[in-house]
Amino acid sequence: MRKAFNQELLKIAEKDPRVFMILADIGYGEIEPFANAFPDRFINCGVAEQNMTGVACGVAMEGNIAVTYSIANFPTLRCLEQIRNDVCYHDANVKIVIIGGGVSYGELGISHHSTEDIAIMRALPNMVVLVPSDIVEARAATHAMMAYDGPVYYRCGYKGEPDLHDGKNIPDFRIGGSSLLREGKDATMFFAGPIGINAVKAVDALAVEGIQCRLVSLYSIKPIDKEAIMRAARETGGIVVLEEHNLYGGVGSAVAEVLMDEGCGNVPFKRLALPDVNVTKVGSQAWLRDQYGLGVADVANAVKDMVK
Amino acid sequence: MASEAKRECCSLARRIRLHCLHMVYNGKSGHIGSMLSTADIYPVLYTQVLNVDPAFPKKPDRDRFLLSKGHGGAALLACLAELGFFPLGWLNRYYCDDGKLSGHISHHVPGVEFSTGSLGHGLPVACGMALAAKQAGKTHRVFVMCSDGDLNEGSSWEAIMLAGQHRWDNLVMLVDYNRLQALGRSEDIINLDPLAPKLEMFGWRAVEADGHDFASIESALKNVPIEKGRPTAVIFHTVKGKGVSFMENEYKWHYGGLTEELLAKALKEVGEA
Repeated sequence: MRKAFNQELLKIAEKDPRVFMILADIGYGEIEPFANAFPDRFINCGVAEQNMTGVACGVAMEGNIAVTYSIANFPTLRCLEQIRNDVCYHDANVKIVIIGGGVSYGELGISHHSTEDIAIMRALPNMVVLVPSDIVEARAATHAMMAYDGPVYYRCGYKGEPDLHDGKNIPDFRIGGSSLLREGKDATMFFAGPIGINAVKAVDALAVEGIQCRLVSLYSIKPIDKEAIMRAARETGGIVVLEEHNLYGGVGSAVAEVLMDEGCGNVPFKRLALPDVNVTKVGSQAWLRDQYGLGVADVANAVKDMVK
Repeated sequence: MASEAKRECCSLARRIRLHCLHMVYNGKSGHIGSMLSTADIYPVLYTQVLNVDPAFPKKPDRDRFLLSKGHGGAALLACLAELGFFPLGWLNRYYCDDGKLSGHISHHVPGVEFSTGSLGHGLPVACGMALAAKQAGKTHRVFVMCSDGDLNEGSSWEAIMLAGQHRWDNLVMLVDYNRLQALGRSEDIINLDPLAPKLEMFGWRAVEADGHDFASIESALKNVPIEKGRPTAVIFHTVKGKGVSFMENEYKWHYGGLTEELLAKALKEVGEA
């Protein structure tokens, strides 16, 4: 996914001279084409994320589009106040891109996991939050983000994520939209990010058993596709939300907020998220998902429990 | 410095101080000491140095000025109001319900380039503006005023290192070096001395001036950037609470709290007519 993002960004920067890349010494093997093509619009601030974000804000205040880019929590939590006071308060055209959402960097440990980011970023005024699930959405989200005038948080995966869209583009991709992957009436599963592969596998297995579960990628968490959520509440038997994020404040919370605000609090509802504990087990992303209750069987069982 | 300019600066500085005292008293706010230490710098900066126009606060070729020590913003607000960036009447509602002016500086006010309040934010943003100006071939300068406390922040030093590395000579840091911060003397908390050599070692060109002597301020600022290929730092030696005897060099006036009696005494000392 990170490759898809960098390729699209390069294409956009070729056409738009306002695009700057502001880094903090992360991006080896991916950012070099941008750095070589646009040396005057590329700066490595060194290992200094607060400064990276402040510099990006200053660049953006002068009429440019500044992209910050780093691993997991580095460009978000390390410099949260710069994002809040500088970027969001000034509505600056800064795009904050993380590589390695959730537990993508599983074996590296919690310093490299991004598991509270959605909750924190979506609480910031003016901030748009995008969570693409595969390379199709990653490419589309890059273009949507760069065309939007204002702060955007873009939670990218890492590498080698499976394509959930069978290579088909999403013609109506938009900030505030969602992507329907499977139709169904028995229940709806919403997800965000590359964890969607477990949702696809679970929903396809359920179909074999005769359970028709609607499957929707909520690639835009803020603003969120209220219409899709309300349709799910009206038309299907219940809602399950799957995310690779702490249980509190993430995608499940965002969906629940919509349901409650719209008077649909009585719809059967279940969140599947990382429990509110520190991830201390050591292992790959796929293994950690299984260990913390987000495996394919967990996802399928959650739907079964709801529809039985 | 021409005597007429000096008289103008002296008068403006006195009015800034009077406004600050009234604003802090009316709003029941604090930080008066941090305002008064800068009150002599703004008149020179805004009437003799910066390319700015109150009628066109956003004119593209303006020099940028960022106040990183946003808690002392009332002095800048008073200066901007005196110069006509916004009505003087706004000052009366500083720190008040439904007023236009908050306790920390906000870009929603005409003439204010950037909002601050938490320290360590000004220099990084100024670096970004300097980078953007260089990249676009623009010739305006980016000024940022910092303080002792502001230079405690790691983010300030991240920016200082980056500016030196990239030789942004369109960047000018002004330091309100009053040697006091919220809980006491800077030398007892984080001693920045010797500041000028430190900055020089980081690739900057640093000069020192008396922040309460108009000729000294003008002399330091009139030729910035001082050296091609280096960012400039002007370290202004100042006195916290300058102009009010009972506030001068007393760190408790970082926060302060003016009674009616103390206000009257202070106004008299500053010279309210």
